[in-house]
Amino acid sequence: MNSYPIHIKPFGEHAILIEWPNEIKRDLLDDILTFSGHLRRYGYKESEWEMVPAYNSLALVNLKQNIDHKKLAKELQIEYPKRKTRAKKRSYLWKLPVCYDKEFAIDMEEVSKYTGKTIEQIITLHTSCTYTVYGIGFLPGFMYLGGVPKDLETHRKDSPILHVPKGTVWLASKQTGIYPQDSPGGWNLIGNCPIPIFDVKKENPCFVNVGDFIQFYSITKAQYDLHKIQAEVGLEVIKKVPMNA
Amino acid sequence: MLKVVKSGFFTSIQDKGRFGLRNIGVPVSGAMDQHASSLANAMLENEHTDAVMEITMTGPVLEFLTATYIAITGANLSPSLNGAEIETHSVHKVVEGDILGFGKHIDGLRGYLSVKGGFLTDKVLGSRSFYKPITQWARLNSGMEIPFNEVTHYEPKISHIITEDIDKVSLLNVFPGPEIEMLTKVLREFIFDTSFTIAKENNRMAYQLQESVAKHQHAMLTSATLPGTIQLTPGGKLIILMRDGQTTGGYPRIFQLSDEAINILAQRTFGDKISFKLQ
Repeated sequence: MNSYPIHIKPFGEHAILIEWPNEIKRDLLDDILTFSGHLRRYGYKESEWEMVPAYNSLALVNLKQNIDHKKLAKELQIEYPKRKTRAKKRSYLWKLPVCYDKEFAIDMEEVSKYTGKTIEQIITLHTSCTYTVYGIGFLPGFMYLGGVPKDLETHRKDSPILHVPKGTVWLASKQTGIYPQDSPGGWNLIGNCPIPIFDVKKENPCFVNVGDFIQFYSITKAQYDLHKIQAEVGLEVIKKVPMNA
Repeated sequence: MLKVVKSGFFTSIQDKGRFGLRNIGVPVSGAMDQHASSLANAMLENEHTDAVMEITMTGPVLEFLTATYIAITGANLSPSLNGAEIETHSVHKVVEGDILGFGKHIDGLRGYLSVKGGFLTDKVLGSRSFYKPITQWARLNSGMEIPFNEVTHYEPKISHIITEDIDKVSLLNVFPGPEIEMLTKVLREFIFDTSFTIAKENNRMAYQLQESVAKHQHAMLTSATLPGTIQLTPGGKLIILMRDGQTTGGYPRIFQLSDEAINILAQRTFGDKISFKLQ
């Protein structure tokens, strides 16, 4: 297990931020999740502390009281070298269906022009990679996915559109992901995933966690419609694979 | 139960907020002015976690279908019961058929209406706070019926409290944010010497400020944000995240408001002046 220099910064009356080096790296993310797992075991209970991991940082937010930053920073520096790999919660690979039909992929032509790839090549590339969930934020269940192949890197749209439908799969710059709800958006829209990423009716409303892996597979419009109905009646159709990482 | 006859400008049900879900992107939500909402509950000896009605600027018209006791705190939006003016920060008895209305906006921005025992709209993920699409609605609409338990006899321990002028303080205490180091000494001084104006873009998610600070190209990876986080956009504008603010962001977090400062700001609106002081 690699060790990194960590920086601890105060973040208002209730929060503290732990920062790792400014890099997007799977290994570094695993270290963050290992440390947060360690802290949970060490006594940072869920009823008192919220933990928000993202890319190269971990925010600890106290729900009960103001915190003594100096004392806490010292404690965290002492705890960091004590973490063990097994403290990290298991990550999963989620295989999510995406319909890349024209109806949903309104920017596919644009992406094709920009990348010089055919639509078929784009779909093959987009479904061939395993993406890492580096963060969840912006909207409930909105994933920041890393690992987009160089050949798929695109620009952002010049002007955002006001209504992007729930489930829309987007691609922009070095990132890809899914809009978990209707939202305005400024990225390229290339498909739609019929599985709701966030469902308030479920005890665990978001099945994905930071550190999980996502892979997309292409489905037809007929399969999309079927999945949509299955999701509405609460049938689980997602493929979940445990990972050792 | 009460019936919403007219919804007002932006009226919603709020409690302390929704916790434990920031890691999956769910904002905390909850009453914008937690001081005033707690006071509304305290006046009726409610639990501090009970849900209240947050009323913004132009109040609703509400018809009580059940008897209870009410208190109104925060902004003075000229409340009236069956057409007769009533005092804010006082406990009033209401009976079936009573109409609670609001009039002229006197001070503050957000008023809080509590009923004895709190409003009992559905809890979603541990909280009654409205936030769409976690809750079905973002705000109350006319025709909605809002449940609470009937209370016909209650001896309030406090009948009236005197509060400070809600518009008096405009100085907001801040703590250093994680990216404070990106600000030069000159820039910091500029921020603390400037009287900022609240922009039109102010709501439960965020308050934008009109004055520009300085453009920058400080790139950072997306990281956690909190209610009260002050972000500096590449264009040089300040954005203060509020209770419904997103849980992560990619703009430098230069300062963090104190809890008290969030409550103060929640009572300010477009055109109001504010300034910052480092704690």
